[in-house]
This record gives sequence, C-alpha cells and structure tokens, in this order.
Amino acid sequence: MNIHEYQAKELLAAQGVPIPMGEVATTPEQAEQIARRLGGAVVVKAQVHVGGRGKAGGVKLAKTPEEAREKAQAILGMDIKGLTVEKVLIAPAADIDTEAYVGIILDRASHAPVWMVSAAGGVDIEEVAATDPDKITKLRVDPRYGFLPHQAHLLATKLYSDPKQVRATAKILQQLYKAFMENGASLAEINPLITTPAGEVLALDAKLSVDDNELFRLPAVEALRDESAEDPAEVTARNANLTFIKLDGDVGCIVNGAGLAMATMDLVKYYGGEPANFLDIGGSSNPEKVVNALKIITGDPNVKAILFNIFGGITRTDDVANGIVTATKMIDIKVPIVIRLTGTNEEIAVKILADAGFTALTDMDEAVQKAVALAKGESQ
Amino acid sequence: MSIFIDQSTKLVVQGITGRDGSFHAKQMMEYGTDVVAGVTPGKGGQMFEGRVPIFNTVEEAVRETGANSSVIYVPPAFAADAMFEAADAGIAFIVCITEGVPVLDMTRVRPYVLDKGARLLGPNCPGLLSAGKSKVGIIPGHITQPGPVGLVSKSGTLTYEVVYKLKGAGIGTTTCVGIGGDPINGTSFIDCLAAFEADPDTKAIVMLGEIGGNDEQNAAEYIKQHVTKPVVGFIAGQTAPPGRRMGHAGAIISGGAGTAEEKIASFHANGIGVAKRPLDVVGLIQEAL
Repeated sequence: MNIHEYQAKELLAAQGVPIPMGEVATTPEQAEQIARRLGGAVVVKAQVHVGGRGKAGGVKLAKTPEEAREKAQAILGMDIKGLTVEKVLIAPAADIDTEAYVGIILDRASHAPVWMVSAAGGVDIEEVAATDPDKITKLRVDPRYGFLPHQAHLLATKLYSDPKQVRATAKILQQLYKAFMENGASLAEINPLITTPAGEVLALDAKLSVDDNELFRLPAVEALRDESAEDPAEVTARNANLTFIKLDGDVGCIVNGAGLAMATMDLVKYYGGEPANFLDIGGSSNPEKVVNALKIITGDPNVKAILFNIFGGITRTDDVANGIVTATKMIDIKVPIVIRLTGTNEEIAVKILADAGFTALTDMDEAVQKAVALAKGESQ
Repeated sequence: MSIFIDQSTKLVVQGITGRDGSFHAKQMMEYGTDVVAGVTPGKGGQMFEGRVPIFNTVEEAVRETGANSSVIYVPPAFAADAMFEAADAGIAFIVCITEGVPVLDMTRVRPYVLDKGARLLGPNCPGLLSAGKSKVGIIPGHITQPGPVGLVSKSGTLTYEVVYKLKGAGIGTTTCVGIGGDPINGTSFIDCLAAFEADPDTKAIVMLGEIGGNDEQNAAEYIKQHVTKPVVGFIAGQTAPPGRRMGHAGAIISGGAGTAEEKIASFHANGIGVAKRPLDVVGLIQEAL
C-alpha cells in the first residue's frame, strides 16, 4: 500500500526527523491561506501515488500566497499517469545547499532490509543506480540484530564530512529505520535530504510503501489508506477479498491463482486479444466471490467477452459454477461468457452449468481462443 | 527417487483442527502421506479422524511420534512463530502454506531456520508432491502420476495446469515443488534445481517463473554452470503492467526490472528452452526426453 507524501512526513516527524511539514489543501483558496500562514516561499506538491511528479509538472515553487493559489489551481485536477490530483501539499520552501538520497528497502536478493545512500540526491535514484552505481553506498542490515549505531555513522560519513552534519544524519537514519520497521514498510526514503546554507540537515520529501501483509496488525497505518487515490473497481475488489488490476483490453478474465491468472492474460495476448484485467478469485472461492467478480468485470464498459479459467484444487469448481448461475440471474450480463473448468468436482460443475444453459470447456487454449474471437465480434 | 519428501516422510500438521488444516490433512492421508501427528494448542490429547494424535506443541509431537517434517496451516499472525516452533523442535523440513505472512517476519524466520539446519519451503506456497509417494500441502493428488520430470514453480494453479497437460501426454513427475511467490522465502529455484540434478530418477526439469525480482535470472545462470539435465522454462506475466503487484507479493515489475522479457532473454542466453504457452511445455519436454 502506498501512502501520500504528507502522511509519510507525519510518520517520520513522529520519530523526530527534522522535516518541514506544511499542510494539505484541496482548493486553491486553501492553498493561498496556508501559504500566507507559513510565510515566505512555498512549494505546491501534488499528492498522488506515483513517482515522477516533478517531471509531470506536479511540483511548483510559489513565492507569494497569490502565486500559491495559481499553482494549486493548475495542479489540482491535473492527470498524472492516470490519477487525478485531489490534494496538494503546501510546504515551506527551504534554502538548499546540497541534496542527498537516503532510503531503505526490503531486498529480496539479500533477504533483509538494505540501505542505499547517495550524495547525488534530488533526482531519480533508479537513474543514478543505472548510470552511476558507484555513487550509491549499500548496506545490508542483519534483521536479527537491527540497524547498529556505527552503521548509521558509517553511512552518514558517505554523505558529509562536517562532524555536526554526520551526527545529525546518523540520527535521522536511525529514526528513518524505526519508521520503516514500526510501520511495516517495504520501502522508506528521503529524497532529497538537504543541507541548508546555515548547515542544518533537513528532510524535504518522504516516501513510504507499506507491505500489504502487515496491515492486519497495523490498524493506524491501514487508516491512512486514501481510497480516492485508487481505481474504484480495485477498491471494490479489495473489499470483496479479490485481487483485481484494471488493464486496457476487452477480454475480462476471472481466474483462480495469481500465476495462472497472469498466464491466462498472456495467452489472451498470444491469440491476438487484449486482456481487460487481472483478477484472482483466490483459493477457497465461495459462490459469493464469483458474483462479486462478475459485478466488477461487467462494470468495465470496455469488456466485450468474459473468460473464466478455473483449475480446481482447493477451489471447488461446483462452487464457481453455482456462483456463475447465481450471478447471471442477479446481473444483466450483455456480453458472452466463456467458461473453462477442470479439477475438483468438475462433473458436478458441468451439470450445474448445463442445466442453466451454459457450456463448459475443459481446455485452456480452446477457451481463450473462443473468448478472443467473441470479443472481436467473430462468431464461433 | 524424488526430492525433499518420500515414503520416509513422517508429517506433523500444525493447525490440524482449522478449516484448511483439517481438509488438507485428510487429503494428504488419502494420498498416502504418513501423517503422524497434529498440533493445535489446547487440543492436545484429542484424536484427528480417529487415528492421528493431536498435541499441544510441536516439541511433544516430535518426541512422541518421531515426526521429521511439518506443514503449517495457521493464520498469518501466527505463521512466523509456527515456523520458529517447528525449527526449535528439530523438524528438518518445514512447509508453510499460509498466505499473507509479513515480509519483515520472514527476514527473521529465514536465518533462524537455516541456522537450525532445517529446510523451509514457502510461505505462501502450495507445498510439494512426490508422485505416488507422499504429498505435503495442497496440490491435488490426481493431476499427476509417477514419471521422469521434476517441476519447480512459484505458482499453485499454474503448476496444476502444466502437470495436468503433461499427464494428458502420458508424462509423469518425480516431484512437483511450489516455492511460492513471496519476496523472501525459504527454498529457491536454485535449491530445487540442485536437488533435481542429484536425483537419478529425474530426467528433465520444468521451471515455472513469473515477473518480479531476479530469481529466474540467477537460476538460469546456475543451470548453465551446474545442471546437466535438460530444463524447460516458462514465465508468467508478459502482459503485466509495471509497478503493480500481480497477486503474489513478489510479482511486481519495479523500476523497470523483473520483466518477463528480461527473464526469457536470460533463459535463452543460458541455453534453456522457453515455452511460449503452458501447453508448449509438453512438446519441449517430449523433445528433451
């Protein structure tokens, strides 16, 4: 789960990280009032869950409150990588002397949290990693012993030589590590970490991604979820315990299991179609899950055909068949449905579907080809 | 032969009285797995299905029954401790089926289990099945038969699809292993490849990967260096958009890395046959055998 910059800043500030906070505005007038209250120049920053906001024009400097209103007017409602900007953060502008990057990620290759710090901050760190890897210092944290004070000090010396700045930075790194651990993060970063002409070390931006698997035990973090920043169909799916990701094609896919769901999308493409979504109904699927899945898929006006691909292991295919029959009675489905079922209780499932007038296929390739043809309006 | 489990596997089921635990304990027993004990705290002294004793702790189950392997079906909040408990009790092979285990928990569980000299499979995996001998986890027993192919995969149902298609062509398996799709887990592709290479009955290997991370690329390099048996690969997620978690916690293309193209290219570069569709695995395996 991604959270907004202003929320990440609050979590870091709670650990004691020196970070100019600012306030969130949803209208240009609010932006002006906040800028007036803060005094001096401000930065107006779009609050959306995507990287590269600056490049997309979602971050602007404003020297006066009036200018803050104009910039907020321009940014609010802007579309950044498919997401509409609903909120802007008005943060005090800082005098910048140097910019560094500090971040910690859960690294799958080293099975542990890994630090990355670089004196080349303020830019896309992935670009630095690709073009100039020597400018990044990495350090693996042994999860059994945690982030040790001398390690924080060592990393800080890679960024600054002034002893005061090194001490301040080591402290910030330890605070960032605490925020990372306590909020179940998979990534926590400050970019840029700046020094001011007066020699202060400050965090100007903050990013935190939370491991979805942590949310059950972190209700305060779960409460930070902003559903308005997500696709509405994906929110509905999550609330129904389904994993759904919308894509641009016209073949709606309902599959059990993530790997098979991806392979099904790939096969749709292989046979010349375009998948409309990724949808995993999960392991033990009761009929209600199938009803919810069909509701979500039929809510997408681009969908021209619906494809079920179910390999029953723990999933009982008769449950899925009952779900399909129930759903088609409840919802008026205007597009053709292709059903492929095989595995646990297949004979019962085929009979349930036949009684309701559906034909079930048993072969995945045959079913995908049929769905692709139907989506193109070709008859079979 | 087979890898990791066979007729000598004596299994304890952690969470045997839960909904999933009890259902799959019965399925495993029907398949022929030697289920010697169950563990549910507070239910020690009861019997499961009239013949499997239930204990309060794994330590007691091991002491009383000589269990050497364990399978875990407990909710995510308790999964890490269940893995620690199995390792502490001296279990040599631990399989964790539970989905949704926090990744930070796994950063502590993994080194702990390894230090105890145990092997962990999972979490968030379907387990494994040694055809005709034993199955531990949730893979349906009827979809494969004994034969010469070893299969390792990150996915459950995609594994079923492929082994079922192999069975349709009359080809069986030694062992099918699902390592799971989480970013940090106990057993890697490479661990399984090494075991299949050492298993005399395995004549060819199928490796089913997916987008995210670089496990498949590392495995491909390992194969070139250390595996003499033919390997057929498949990568799911060629149509997946970047930056989105495709169901599995680890299945995400991040920062332009971990794409299907990258992995397929790495397979080709290391001389591994790549199936374009799950169905094509069958033809490639037939050629290899």
